[in-house]
Amino acid sequence: MQIVTKKQWLFRGMRAGIPISLGYFAVAISLGIAARNAGFSAFQATLTSFLINASAGEYVGFTLIAAGASYLEVFIMEAVANARYLLMSCALSQKLEPRTPMWKRLLLGYCITDEVFGASIAVEGHVDPIFTYGAMMIAVPGWSLGTLTGVLLGNIMPPFLLSALSVSLYGMFISVFIPEAKKNKIVASLILISFVASFAFMKIPLFDFISEGIKIIVLTVLISLATAIIFPVKEGGERDA
Amino acid sequence: MHNIYIYILGMALVTYAIRVLPLTLIRKKIENRLIRSFLYYVPYVTLAVMTFPAIIDATQYPIAGAIALLVAIVFAFFGRSLFFVAISSSLTVLVVELIIKLLTK
Repeated sequence: MQIVTKKQWLFRGMRAGIPISLGYFAVAISLGIAARNAGFSAFQATLTSFLINASAGEYVGFTLIAAGASYLEVFIMEAVANARYLLMSCALSQKLEPRTPMWKRLLLGYCITDEVFGASIAVEGHVDPIFTYGAMMIAVPGWSLGTLTGVLLGNIMPPFLLSALSVSLYGMFISVFIPEAKKNKIVASLILISFVASFAFMKIPLFDFISEGIKIIVLTVLISLATAIIFPVKEGGERDA
Repeated sequence: MHNIYIYILGMALVTYAIRVLPLTLIRKKIENRLIRSFLYYVPYVTLAVMTFPAIIDATQYPIAGAIALLVAIVFAFFGRSLFFVAISSSLTVLVVELIIKLLTK
């Protein structure tokens, strides 16, 4: 076994963080625009991105806050939108050397984003938390500064540009669920069902009394739970990573 | 009146708790098959529900959002990166809306 020094782990992580950071910068611009539309100042939006580092989670938050949702509604939705990090956190715990001290785990909790998690899980064998810290160190500034840029330049951006940029976030979501749908026919059907159900739920006036945030929670729980009951995932951990 | 910093702090705490709890508490594999299955499906359903129909409402013309959705699905299907998919959906909207403007002039 080749021994990898702490410094090497750090540099490896930082290198993995570079493309992530560039992608984050571009995508976070549309988050900044969403934040600005929700009435966030440049400082508040940048702080949010620095603290939360979650596209869907922040977007849901901004949307609900703009709609005047209650604290509880926003916090519940935040938990639902970020529920996937529970799974990633479980998976990452299996990638760590079991003796990894608590303080390192606590710090690692901050670093679980879709992409940084992906890079960490792709490391062969156990991953040293320093790798993940290194990747995050480079990725976070991209995310935060992208958000800041969105808030500041969003004001002077023409509508056609705003329209184009706001779609990039959905592009990001699509790039998370489509690869899984390709591998798993149940997930593919699930996405189609989600699209149809969401369209019906959002567009039929009958449901107008329910807020958009609650609609997302209800649809997510109902569809996921029904699928989990009918099509439980295979044992043997094909989905562990 | 709601305080925006309470929203930010609350969201940050909720998100951090979700990320850190399994990492620190659950050191063994989750054995309950129903919970594991549910947690496996949740992210895809949430993202799908949030994507559609929102993507067609986000653009100046719904058709631009619809085409961007298709383009993003195709690129993601063929394994393009998150960055590539995100940017190509933006460029699609840019081009489609430009064409619509030129045609309706």
